[in-house]
Amino acid sequence: MTGLVVAVAVLLASAAFGLVRRARDGKLRESPRPDDGQVLARLGVDGGAEVTLLQFSSAFCAPCRATRALCAAVAAEVEGVRHIEVDAEEHLDEVRALKIMRTPTLLVVDAAGRVVRRAAGQPPSRAHLLAAIGEATRVGGTR
Amino acid sequence: MLDPRGPRFAAMITSVVLVVVLITGSGWLALAQAVVFAAGAASIRYAPYSWIYRKFVARHLGPPPAEREPSEPVRFAQGVGFAFMAVAAAGYLAGAPLVGLIATAGALTAAFLNAAFGLCLGCEMYLLLQRVRARFSTN
Repeated sequence: MTGLVVAVAVLLASAAFGLVRRARDGKLRESPRPDDGQVLARLGVDGGAEVTLLQFSSAFCAPCRATRALCAAVAAEVEGVRHIEVDAEEHLDEVRALKIMRTPTLLVVDAAGRVVRRAAGQPPSRAHLLAAIGEATRVGGTR
Repeated sequence: MLDPRGPRFAAMITSVVLVVVLITGSGWLALAQAVVFAAGAASIRYAPYSWIYRKFVARHLGPPPAEREPSEPVRFAQGVGFAFMAVAAAGYLAGAPLVGLIATAGALTAAFLNAAFGLCLGCEMYLLLQRVRARFSTN
């Protein structure tokens, strides 16, 4: 009887967790954080591009592939956009500084080295990514 | 590279088995599921539920999607599942059913999230574990 109760409780809690995750994953959220320029510079974000798509990946990560494909395609098509993918495991100090909890996490960084938006768990939709890039271009241009 | 529907199917069967383990409190069934996880962690080729999928289910589902899934995350998740179910089997069989109950509940959480949402909980925990481990080794 206890086992049945536990099973039902686990399934209900997991379903709730999964629904919340599904609603949040891949959303490009605003990223109100202080200047992370130095940390980002250590990862190769040097202001050489108008917008940098900085992707954190790991070996055990199924959605990292899809995120990589999307970012690579967008970087190839849109002028001034660069895609950098780093292995989160090899940069744990930076991962901690930037509060990266999961892979893939994608940071949209403007020319001034500020993280404009971030998405985790799943790749964002192409349209949302393009909108975030436009936003980063405008923000970077006004400085 | 895997047909991504295979691991989802396997997670569905796993979820059913784990619910049965919880209801019956059977240590032997927990042990059997631990063995299944171990086989999958060794190689997806040997994973029994994936074999059932390839042999009997895939042909009825039409052509596989173009999107393929790397096998490393799936094998890693099977390894995490094995750890949980080894503890569960030991708990049930050694007369500590509470240990078995908690470990099986943990495994069911991961299996159900994978089956219903395609979420790999083990993979999500991986980076967090690395972060914690690095913190301990530097201090």
